[in-house]
Amino acid sequence: MTADAKALYPLDGIQSILEKLPHVEALGLTAIELNRGSCLFKVDYAPHLVGNIESGVIHGGVITTLLDSAGGAAAFTVVPAGASVATLDLRIDYLTQADRERSILGFAECYRQTQHIVFVKGHAYHESRDDPIAHFVASFMVGSVGFSPNAKQ
Amino acid sequence: MQNSNTSLFDQVMQLKADQEFAAISALIPYSAFVGFELQVDAQGLLTILRGKRSNIGNTTIPAVHGGVVGALLEHAGVMHIIHACDISRFPKIINISVDYLRPCIGNQDTFARGYLIKQGRSVSNVRIEAWQSDQQRPVAAAHAHFLMG
Repeated sequence: MTADAKALYPLDGIQSILEKLPHVEALGLTAIELNRGSCLFKVDYAPHLVGNIESGVIHGGVITTLLDSAGGAAAFTVVPAGASVATLDLRIDYLTQADRERSILGFAECYRQTQHIVFVKGHAYHESRDDPIAHFVASFMVGSVGFSPNAKQ
Repeated sequence: MQNSNTSLFDQVMQLKADQEFAAISALIPYSAFVGFELQVDAQGLLTILRGKRSNIGNTTIPAVHGGVVGALLEHAGVMHIIHACDISRFPKIINISVDYLRPCIGNQDTFARGYLIKQGRSVSNVRIEAWQSDQQRPVAAAHAHFLMG
């Protein structure tokens, strides 16, 4: 991504605004790393996120939210300042079950960007990216309406 | 009924036999966290996501977080299979593909319904649609595969 850095959102601004979004906060998502074109988010295990009380495994929706958040954040790092980003579609492949009582990391990177669309792929994992829990692919619409870090809250 | 010797699957199957779908949500901690509810009506099972400030992922519109919308569709898909199929274990999600069609407004309830496209012995395909004020104007739609056996 070689766009003029001045015309992009500052990374620290994206991070602080995303981490304050009500659901990001409620879920306890934190940005571990935010770079131009990629993002690593983390969600800690919590009993209220469990989808199956017998196995203790968290609900798949938590992984969807983790990866959608990481993908949206990654998209924000490459769009012009002032632009909005909205998820157009996403697909998640659940490769294996998450372990109970362990944090999950969600990584997303932009692999292609056009004027209107940012294409993102990523994965969720516990410790090693080579041992993923889920794969993720999504596209984000770049627009002038909707959510943007500059918009008045 | 909530006997600790009874497996979760057996508890859910008993609630299904009793048509007590609302009580199934109480067995799923994440349901209470985001506000999922289940209702049986003439058309089958309806999954509801209550409008809650803590579900907002976009403060400008404000809109429900896309991940929570995805979670609703996945949840409605699983619950639709539990409601509509004879099963011997919980369906396990293989993958889900979600299209975001319109803003999902944060302070409104969202409704979702699943449609079994194909029930196989080992894999089922489910289409799920979510809407708010008008079922003809869905806010999101998904298709998902579930492992059955």
